Amino acid sequence: MSVLVYTESLKGKFKKNAFEVASYAHKVAQDLGTTVTAVSFNAEDDASLGTYGVSKVLKVSDDSLKTFNAKAYADVLAQAAKAEDTKIIILSSSADSKFLAPILAAKLTAGYVPNVVAAPESTSPFVVKRTAFSNKGFAMTEISSDTKIIGVSSNAFGLVENSVSAAVEDFGPSLGDDAFSVKSVEVDRVVGKATIADADIVVSGGRGLKGPENWGMVEELADVLGAATACSKPVSDMGWRPHSEHVGQTGKPVASNLYIAIGISGAIQHLAGINASKVKVVINNDPEAPFFKAADYGIVGDAFEVVPELIEKLKEFKAQNA
Amino acid sequence: MKILVCISNVPDTTSKINFTEGDTQFDTNGVQFVINPNDEFGLTRAMWFKEKQGATVHVVNVGGAQTEPTIRKALAIGADAAIRVNAEPKDGFFVAQQLAEVVKNGDYDLIIAGRESIDYNGGMVPGILATLLDMNFVNTCIGLEIDGDTATAIREIDGGKETISTSLPLVIGGQKGLVEESDLRIPNMRGIMMARKKALNVVEPVDAEQPTQDQKFEKPAAKGPVKLVDAGNVGELVELLHNEAKVI
Repeated sequence: MSVLVYTESLKGKFKKNAFEVASYAHKVAQDLGTTVTAVSFNAEDDASLGTYGVSKVLKVSDDSLKTFNAKAYADVLAQAAKAEDTKIIILSSSADSKFLAPILAAKLTAGYVPNVVAAPESTSPFVVKRTAFSNKGFAMTEISSDTKIIGVSSNAFGLVENSVSAAVEDFGPSLGDDAFSVKSVEVDRVVGKATIADADIVVSGGRGLKGPENWGMVEELADVLGAATACSKPVSDMGWRPHSEHVGQTGKPVASNLYIAIGISGAIQHLAGINASKVKVVINNDPEAPFFKAADYGIVGDAFEVVPELIEKLKEFKAQNA
Repeated sequence: MKILVCISNVPDTTSKINFTEGDTQFDTNGVQFVINPNDEFGLTRAMWFKEKQGATVHVVNVGGAQTEPTIRKALAIGADAAIRVNAEPKDGFFVAQQLAEVVKNGDYDLIIAGRESIDYNGGMVPGILATLLDMNFVNTCIGLEIDGDTATAIREIDGGKETISTSLPLVIGGQKGLVEESDLRIPNMRGIMMARKKALNVVEPVDAEQPTQDQKFEKPAAKGPVKLVDAGNVGELVELLHNEAKVI
């Protein structure tokens, strides 16, 4: 009856969201008087999950599962859920988790609620708070099915340490050829750069930057902060920046600790997408820009003067605090 | 090739969101409804398959009669026929089961849905649909080519993209990238006139599970006023972010 978590890893290393979902699962397990069991795929440091309250790890070591495969991973999790007699499965809101969760939900006839931002409001009935209307609102959603799947939003519940000793057991799923009918041919992942999905800080540019040739300072600011770069919808529509950087209601959501918007006016669709960020800074030469109503800190000024100055000040700050 | 495009009827992206009836319902008052943007990218890609590869394209929506203007718009864009499952979309699992019935009765090779609707954001309909029908599934799809029974799809992943090889029958969770924003079509007068004559079949729902229910909604908490820093004193921003906001 344990709570089961899908702990994501990349090249053997757990992602930050693995520890976030473990933290969340520990809270749910406490509420229900049970323990947390994790399923890991070709991970190296399974015992590290114990720090976040995982007391048992079902360790899958299988070369055919080296690359994420939604159907096959869902099969494994369904088998693990059965072996553990689990009724609650917790995963993240990453692209991989959102690919896998609906497959698992259909297999287990489970209610699935993604984008959950807080510990359950209650466990009987089982009610969770999630974002809805693309971050323009929240919903309290009851899951009434016997088996429940929860997708935890990134950077919402956070990391909570609850050190226990994690018993690592090998888990050998049985997978048919059918599990691999959707094959990964090539993965093209940016390495050595923070991604919008998991960055603590995101630096974003809008039409106020006047052209793609002016993105050097955005990238430099991001470099200094160890941040991911993003952009507004018009910027990606005009081809100044790739679609993968478009944040907003129809682009990617941002839930970083700090979001810095440069030359972005703050259309309602953009603000919806970045609403989950904790601290918002806007730099814009128009004091009437709607973004100033949504931001925590703002500078009214010319981005081409303010941003280079900000980069200098941050470098000084880093030198002092190194 | 027979394609089914699943469309959701959602508030326009510029809509302000309010709730009514003790915050238990979305307030549709004054709201303009449109084809869910993620679905519209898929519909436009389907038009490409129709024009270049001779595909037949049907659209389907699970909703009440009030969604018909949105369905007619999809027909005006170029879909050949439409189906409306006459039921309120209670949750993603419920909708996927209704769609599964439509797919079974229609013998489709390719089903394109949006990766999520921009209103309830469940993000589960295409994946559940594919699994119920034992079809292949690719989510967050930003590129799709079909050659005979073989499909090559590009999937957006966190921090990059993945090329995927699979086969029909296939369900796609689509988004921007399937086509570009500039490829989206505004229905012309001829399309609108023709759409009036195209078939829009209304079918009754099947019994289906509804494992989740939204009990109550709330709006994000109102924000305090912005703290302005003088453009001549950028160092103060660094200090505030470090000492007050504690984010650097």
